Amino acid sequence: MATTANAATTTPGSAIARNEVKPQSQKPIYTRFSQQEMHACKPLMTPARIVAVFMTVGVVFIPIGIATLLASTSVVELVDHYGHACLDNSAAQVNQSLRTREERISFIKNPSNPKNCTRTIRILKLMKQPIYMYYEITNFHQNHHRYVKSKSEPQLQGQQASPEQLKICAPEDSVGGQPVIPCGLVAWSFFNDTYSLALNNGTSVPVNKKGIAWKSDMDKVSSTVYASNFQNNNPSAYIGGGKLPVDSPLRDNEDLWVWMRPAALSKFRKLWGRIERDLYPGDELQVNIQNVYNCFSFNGQKKLVLSTTSWMGGKNNFVGTAYLTIGLLCVALAIGFFFMYYSHPRPLGNTKQFSWNNEKQVKQRGFQSTQPRTILR
Amino acid sequence: MAGGKNRVRFSKLYTWAGCFRPQSPLERQQSMSVGGPGFSRVVFCNKSEMHLQKPYRYKSNYVSTTKYNAVTFLPKALFEQFRRVANMYFLLAAILALTPVSPYSAASLIAPLVFVVGVSMCKEALEDWRRFIQDNEINNRKVKIHVGGGKFEEREWKKVKVGDIVKVEKDNFFPADLLMLSSSFPDGVCYVETMNLDGETNLKLKKSLDRTYELDGDEEFEKFEGKIRCEDPNSSLYTFVGNLEYGGDVLPLGPQQILLRDSKLRNTPFIYGVVIFSGHETKVMQNATDPPSKRSRIERKMDKIIYLLFLVLLFISVVGSIAFAARTKFDMPNWWYLQPDNTTMYYDPNQAVLSGLLHLITALILYGYLIPISLYVSIELVKVLQARFINNDIQMYHRDTDQPARARTSNLNEELGQIDTILSDKTGTLTCNQMEFIKCSIAGTAYGRGVTEVEKATARRLGKDPRQLEDASITEDRESSSIGGEGSDVEMRPMSSNSHVKGYNLKDERLQDGNWMHQPNAEEIRMFLRILAVCHTAIPEVDDATGTITYEAESPDEASFVVAARELGFEFLKRNQNSVIVKEPGPNGVPMEREYKILNLLEFNSTRKRMSVVVKDESGQIILMCKGADSIIYDRLGRNGKQYWNATKAHLAKYGDAGLRTLAISYRVLEESEYEQWNATFTKAKTTIGSDRDELLDKASDLIERDLFLVGATAVEDKLQQGVPECIDRLAQAGLKIWVLTGDKQETAINIGFACSLLRQGMHQIIVGLETPEMRAIEENGDKNQIAKAARDSITSQIEAGNQQIKLDTEDDNPHALIIDGKSLMYALEDGLKQELLKLATQCASVICCRVSPKQKAMITKLVKEGTGKATLGIGDGANDVGMIQEADIGVGISGVEGMQAVMASDFSIAQFKFLERLLIVHGHWCYKRIALMIVYFFYKNITFGLTLFYYEAFTTFSGQTAYNDWYTSLFNVFFTSLPVIALGVFEQDVSSRVCLQFPALYQQGPKNMFFTWSRILGWMANGVYSSVVAFFFTTAAFEIEAYRNDGQLAGIEELGAAMYTCVVWVVNVQVAMALSYFTWIQHVFIWGSIALWYLFVVVYGSINPTLSTTAYKVFVETLVNSPMYWFITILVPIACVLPYAVYQGYQRMFHPMDHHLIQEIHYLQKHITDPDMYKQERTKAVQKTHQGFSSRVKASMTMQETKQRFYGDGHLQGTSEKNDSLPRHVDSLLESPLINGDKAPHNNFAFRV
Repeated sequence: MATTANAATTTPGSAIARNEVKPQSQKPIYTRFSQQEMHACKPLMTPARIVAVFMTVGVVFIPIGIATLLASTSVVELVDHYGHACLDNSAAQVNQSLRTREERISFIKNPSNPKNCTRTIRILKLMKQPIYMYYEITNFHQNHHRYVKSKSEPQLQGQQASPEQLKICAPEDSVGGQPVIPCGLVAWSFFNDTYSLALNNGTSVPVNKKGIAWKSDMDKVSSTVYASNFQNNNPSAYIGGGKLPVDSPLRDNEDLWVWMRPAALSKFRKLWGRIERDLYPGDELQVNIQNVYNCFSFNGQKKLVLSTTSWMGGKNNFVGTAYLTIGLLCVALAIGFFFMYYSHPRPLGNTKQFSWNNEKQVKQRGFQSTQPRTILR
Repeated sequence: MAGGKNRVRFSKLYTWAGCFRPQSPLERQQSMSVGGPGFSRVVFCNKSEMHLQKPYRYKSNYVSTTKYNAVTFLPKALFEQFRRVANMYFLLAAILALTPVSPYSAASLIAPLVFVVGVSMCKEALEDWRRFIQDNEINNRKVKIHVGGGKFEEREWKKVKVGDIVKVEKDNFFPADLLMLSSSFPDGVCYVETMNLDGETNLKLKKSLDRTYELDGDEEFEKFEGKIRCEDPNSSLYTFVGNLEYGGDVLPLGPQQILLRDSKLRNTPFIYGVVIFSGHETKVMQNATDPPSKRSRIERKMDKIIYLLFLVLLFISVVGSIAFAARTKFDMPNWWYLQPDNTTMYYDPNQAVLSGLLHLITALILYGYLIPISLYVSIELVKVLQARFINNDIQMYHRDTDQPARARTSNLNEELGQIDTILSDKTGTLTCNQMEFIKCSIAGTAYGRGVTEVEKATARRLGKDPRQLEDASITEDRESSSIGGEGSDVEMRPMSSNSHVKGYNLKDERLQDGNWMHQPNAEEIRMFLRILAVCHTAIPEVDDATGTITYEAESPDEASFVVAARELGFEFLKRNQNSVIVKEPGPNGVPMEREYKILNLLEFNSTRKRMSVVVKDESGQIILMCKGADSIIYDRLGRNGKQYWNATKAHLAKYGDAGLRTLAISYRVLEESEYEQWNATFTKAKTTIGSDRDELLDKASDLIERDLFLVGATAVEDKLQQGVPECIDRLAQAGLKIWVLTGDKQETAINIGFACSLLRQGMHQIIVGLETPEMRAIEENGDKNQIAKAARDSITSQIEAGNQQIKLDTEDDNPHALIIDGKSLMYALEDGLKQELLKLATQCASVICCRVSPKQKAMITKLVKEGTGKATLGIGDGANDVGMIQEADIGVGISGVEGMQAVMASDFSIAQFKFLERLLIVHGHWCYKRIALMIVYFFYKNITFGLTLFYYEAFTTFSGQTAYNDWYTSLFNVFFTSLPVIALGVFEQDVSSRVCLQFPALYQQGPKNMFFTWSRILGWMANGVYSSVVAFFFTTAAFEIEAYRNDGQLAGIEELGAAMYTCVVWVVNVQVAMALSYFTWIQHVFIWGSIALWYLFVVVYGSINPTLSTTAYKVFVETLVNSPMYWFITILVPIACVLPYAVYQGYQRMFHPMDHHLIQEIHYLQKHITDPDMYKQERTKAVQKTHQGFSSRVKASMTMQETKQRFYGDGHLQGTSEKNDSLPRHVDSLLESPLINGDKAPHNNFAFRV
């Protein structure tokens, strides 16, 4: 065994020693996972599949669109803008005419002014029970961050909330060192218009106000919590919205819990009650309104809405239209792809389209001719 | 050289060129500058205590390569972390989260930041700790130091001080830069291996001053005193200027006397030396560069995207804040339900500007989802997992060294897929640095059935079984021998199963075991083997214990000759002062010892390209034995000597094609009188002193080296590492350019260039060098500035000429190759010339830089990296490659070899060069596409999510209200969307690893950066914006105002938020499912599981106490689950959102498929099985146009055959120019100035090579 002058093979003692200490091999373990060779599904978008997928989506979506649109159109919805009209009506009772916004604001803010009025709603189509009664307010930012967080969950659960905890309710957190229950701007701005309904023949239409709030919202409130120190109940304080009875538990006031669940947008409806009888075409509904809530300061409108529901809910054409549009679009795309492919078919795995083959062709014949000419056939 | 028994005075034996060259005026002039600026160092030998005082307080020998220490770690590492803009932003957000303006809780912002920074810092600390351990090991190595009174004691390296006398023993590293005083050899020479400095494994001879070599015992140093004045610490490995004041004389010192740290004492029992430079002042440490922190291209581009998104974030925040301030000022006074008169500064109509500014901060945090911190966490995680797959790849495991591949840093995985240029070291990386005598041609008959790596690779390329190749070569040999007359009845014998002898791999029964004696040309064979055994400069070394002989030669080639001669029966036993003793078979086959008196030795140099000995055998016959390059020998053959020329020439051409290094072997019998006459001339020339000595010697040699008789030729394989030719071939086909940067000599480098198919016949070689007679003349006489100026001018004109030539050669299809040496690079890498050099180099198909220093390797790397702007990969195995490895975008170290420096500095380590192919073409390709897709998808999903927050805010007058529960937002990136994107980043495969290797052209998708272009990024962002619009407006439109259930209930923030969130979770997960092309059960579980997890979460979270669940309380089970509207919208929104992507994909797939799409289709249709011809054809075509690799060589040689211009090459540069004018063309043929002649190696290297 001869050794040449090179030293590449001489190993320093330390390296040998290291090898001896560590006799186990460093060879990686073979598993399909460690070698990245796992069984895999490699879905391939072939032209046929592309067309099929678009077609399928279209075929599924169009019926859904039609069904939901039909459901939406089956809903009967009546809307009455009563806010301004009702106020003008009330003002007429005391011989005032309200021309400007300022006049309206001052009129509604004055507790001594009469606020009631009667509105007539004509039923044009059969409305099957249950008919849902909503009030709608616009331009009211119930979703304003300051507003949304201005309530105290622990307090409503009946816990002794500390002044620190109530700080989020400021400035409606405490009066004279006593906590306000329920605290916060949401409760303080509680909507307090009221409606009573009767048919034109004089029969009153009862409105069921039970079960209009979410059960979960009610569950959040302890039945031992009573309104206390509530600003709106104190005539000398700065009054926002409605009063709250001090002798019944807050939990029983479903209107409050409907109000306390903040609306997502500045235009919103709130459920006020259910009419549990059918209304027929020709019926005229007399609505007596206590129109006390101030929407004029923020240029809002107040509406009363009567609506039936379908299996999808209220009158909303959007989902149906969207389904229909996308379904039609997909069908159009499927057809488009089909015809484009039909006129310029490309065999799968067409080797001519490899970049290495293509470049030459681009140079030699220009790009157009790379596609087989079967159009005329 | 055991025990010095066999003391041969090397200096008397040979005239070592370089060592004993008379001092040149240049050196004289240089030594005069000692003491001037840059030459101020003073060392008091043997008085290290003198260096405790100023101004001689030099650095200690303690070496530290760590970035941090215990004290600086925290501040420095933190600083490093927060240099990342994103981290700074997150820190700011976390600080602001402590204030009441934050829309989220502080913990949800601080925790992830601490995690990200903590993980990165731990990684840094671990890496630094490893460096510290390594430093410690080195600092605690032991060396003998003179402690006074002539006694030497072992001390640790870190205690070595400047001025100390140290005694270094055989096979130990030098602890610092030393001035060699004496060695165990009487004439003060020693052998040094500089593997760690320049990668060369040849031994180098160092020689102490004549005045000091007598100091050869420990006790002599008791009184030794001297004073060294020399240059200041610098990084130049090959220069040294200084003088030694000793015994009243001033003795000039040169690089010959300097032993550098990190080189190793070989074949010399011990040396004494004085420490001149220690620690960080040593030349090798001066060459070291700080370990850089590298970031991949994609990551750097990602920074830009982050800036862009930050601008978007800032923009929408400012828009939001202005709108908020305006509405607060003008509208809020009317909103009595907010009590505007009794509010805080955050919502104060009277201080709307302040409120707006405060809101800006809120908004920046709120929309911070556009720039997710989870992106960094996910990317880190994905890269670590990718790295694990690299580590676990069984196909990159090398059994012999038990080394798997290792990703040492995980943050460059994707860069592996974008490499443009590979800069490779040669020795130990491409080659095993092992020369094997594999074939020979004697008297016109070719022997040797061995198959080289290159032949194997070529055979495989042509679809043959390489094993058949051996048989083929036998039959071929049989044929040729039958042509030669007889011998067709050669007995086939099974291959001898002897253990492999290093340096020898000649497999041929006709020669082995003395069978050669029965060959027709036995006498020629005898002469051939005798020449191999006698004509060399090797020294035998007898192992006392076993009696076996090993040979120490200046070059591994030469050692292989001696070994080959021994294996065939001519054993070189002993070298005396002027004779060589060889045991050779006598006429009757009985071995006998014969002595050959060496009368003269005509040494090798690069102009002569041959070496000869004149010997007198025992019968008194005087023979001149000569070996050299075939072209040189051919010119010197006598009329009768050309008998075998034609056959030999054909063999040489074949050998050259197989990448072998060839030499022609010849001899001549001299008449006594003729010899005497010539010897007189020669002796006269030898004793001449002066600049014309070399010339006279050349002329004298010329007189005798003529009328030669050609016996045959040798072929030595510079053994390439296994699989290197194939690997280079496929890398080249993948469009990678490969440059070789080596410390080796030009010829060696060129040979390997041929062996690796980086060079081939027909390439125009542009050789830039300074080894011209003119330059030498200027060097002899001129002063420093003059030399530099002349050199610079010469290099400039050579580079210009090269560029000119390439321009002229455009119509000619032959590529160019640039070969440049380190000395020329010294000038060429200067600022003015750099660009020209780069221009030339990038136009050449192959670039080979030889004799480059570690620093130059790094500089070239930097030049390529910065000049071309493309990604570079540096690969090497030794300490000399560290600079290059660190400078390159990716550094790869070869593991499992001596010395860990390269691996320690590297980003990836592999055991063999061939694994580079898999590392780049498979893992690089995958990682690039994975990371690219992952990042764009990540931005997509966060834009989709973040913008829904923004839109909703717009509807809340930008008051800072979110539609989602806090926990939805903070868990979005953690639970409901993280796993699919991680699956994408870790497991996605466009094509399998086999296909990656089959279609190397696919790799180009990375360097061309097809998947991370701005149009792609912006396209995905636009897709995100579209998705957010659809998700938000569709959901709000569906849930707006009317009842969404048949029980007349209406949706509040809670329902809208939960429904919209459901849609977003669906959208982003469906989108990732559409972007994936590879589904294992993992992807399915992750994607659909994430969606399921959301439902699970909303149920579980919604059922806990409302104080904790707040708005999510029963939101799903009570309100949404019964609503058909909710379910319809969760189907509608995802489909609507992915529609544009689906159309784009459908269109692209249908009409403009990309390469990997087509391959997927071929595999889907099983066409690769049913139509294998087509598949194979496409595979052959799927290559980048290249001039590197054997495939291109095969192609080129086929073209050449067509034109009937079969060219005889011997694999050597020197043999080529005369036969065919166009091949290879040198620059000097174009220039009138004969200054340029790169075809010459530096004449003053010590190593012997032909």
